[in-house]
Amino acid sequence: MSNNEALKTTGAPSLEELRAVGQLASEEEMEGRGCLCIECIEEIPCNPCQTSCPQGAITVGFPITNLPVIDRTKCTVCGLCIPACPGLAITIKSVKDDRARVRFPWEYLPYPSVGDTVRMVDRLGRELCDGKIVSIINPERNNKTAVITAEFPRKFVQDAISIARRNIDV
Amino acid sequence: MRNDGKPAVVVGAGPAGLCAAIELKKAGAPVVLMDENAKPGGQLFKQIHKFFGSREHKAGIRGFDIGKELLAESLRLGIDVRLKTEVVGIESGLKVWAVEDRSKSYTLDAGKLILATGATENALSFPGWTLPGVMTAGCAQTLINVHRVLPGKKVLMVGSGNVGVIVAYQLMQAGARVAAVIEALPRLGGYGVHTAKVRRAGVAFHCSTTILRAEGKEGVEKAVIAKIDEKFRPIPGTEQILDVDTICLAVGLTPSIELSCLAGCRQIYVPELGGNMPAHDDYMRSSNESVYVVGDIAGVEEASTAMEEGRLAGLHAAWAMGYMDDQTMKTRTNETRERLQALRQGVFGQKRFAAKERILAMRKDA
Repeated sequence: MSNNEALKTTGAPSLEELRAVGQLASEEEMEGRGCLCIECIEEIPCNPCQTSCPQGAITVGFPITNLPVIDRTKCTVCGLCIPACPGLAITIKSVKDDRARVRFPWEYLPYPSVGDTVRMVDRLGRELCDGKIVSIINPERNNKTAVITAEFPRKFVQDAISIARRNIDV
Repeated sequence: MRNDGKPAVVVGAGPAGLCAAIELKKAGAPVVLMDENAKPGGQLFKQIHKFFGSREHKAGIRGFDIGKELLAESLRLGIDVRLKTEVVGIESGLKVWAVEDRSKSYTLDAGKLILATGATENALSFPGWTLPGVMTAGCAQTLINVHRVLPGKKVLMVGSGNVGVIVAYQLMQAGARVAAVIEALPRLGGYGVHTAKVRRAGVAFHCSTTILRAEGKEGVEKAVIAKIDEKFRPIPGTEQILDVDTICLAVGLTPSIELSCLAGCRQIYVPELGGNMPAHDDYMRSSNESVYVVGDIAGVEEASTAMEEGRLAGLHAAWAMGYMDDQTMKTRTNETRERLQALRQGVFGQKRFAAKERILAMRKDA
């Protein structure tokens, strides 16, 4: 296994590091209903992604430090695993024509509202482009981790991971 | 044979102590749980993030909810919890000297003693470190998550272990901006998923970097950081000035071993787990057969491992006091050890696992 140089010096995994462990989805896989993306490239003792999945589509197995493996034939992209992941490492990405969407976990206040224009950010926190909030859900079972969907231009789909925090009063 | 009604005394009502007391009480053993704080739960109520692990380790549940569950269970069981009670001495014959509410002093004869006293955060000294605004990461975490007070608006976090990275995230959740997380080693210490969520919020990580000094009149106004070479010497010309009003220190913890010293437990040095600590066997017994050590005092790890260590000691003490049969003790102990083992694997767990194995070996040599 690689030594995850980018992850361990910049804080975020590089596309190469994700690809090396089979965790970088292709745009083909993102077509239509989209696909689950788990960015968990380090062996840590954790498996709520597996236990949260009603389809049995995510396997960590034993030991629980194994990296998660997604069975895309079983995954219905329901998104229940997104708030279940204590590492906030799961997103769902989809592409259609020249637009893309990312569904991601969010634990900062204030929450954005549907229709808001936001700034999409990459894994290093750099602002990429404008995005629009498509939905935000935060039911009881999420245990205070909201799940937001944002839409943005397709060319940023591999890099976009979240949105910039807003209204920081400093 | 049950020992003349003397209770097991558990010192420290954090995750390890609570779990030890719960196991003892469930077995029917008399137990007294003492804590110097006004509230039980130790550091659990500061932990607003979802825990890792598996379902058996309460993964996905936020730390303060785990704390609430443990408290509810201890109340349901009717455990004798004595708060604002400081244990200030251990005399021979396992006489526990306690001071209640800083006014009433008494001693209690313990059948068994379980020390779950935790650990203390390390400090780091540099010019300006006494300015208001310099604090440990745990202090900042207490301020924001327990007292709901934001210590500052722009923060420098010193140390990239899980504590530093998690508190950096929580400071942002509380409304602060984090200017940077710096790390003296060439690689970041904390879990990658933690650093990734902090990085995507725009926080810079600087490895091989130290803090040279803090500047300011009434409080912190600036922090000066610099790159360091492989011998940890600052490299001239690499200084960088950060406009921050708060500097948080997350530079490790040291086991709080004072009571274990008073109880005559043999101390060993295990740098990976925080320094000096009492040697213990795989039932968490120290070199003094009647004294158990659990949680961070027995090597700094995490709340999830502390809870399992507490259970191990509680089970064994209940058995040793005659409140649990051999088979039950054996079965429950093995289950607990399996859960503990699961938490000590992978790149992060292996180092702690190896260190723990060394502790067990040292205990046997004694």
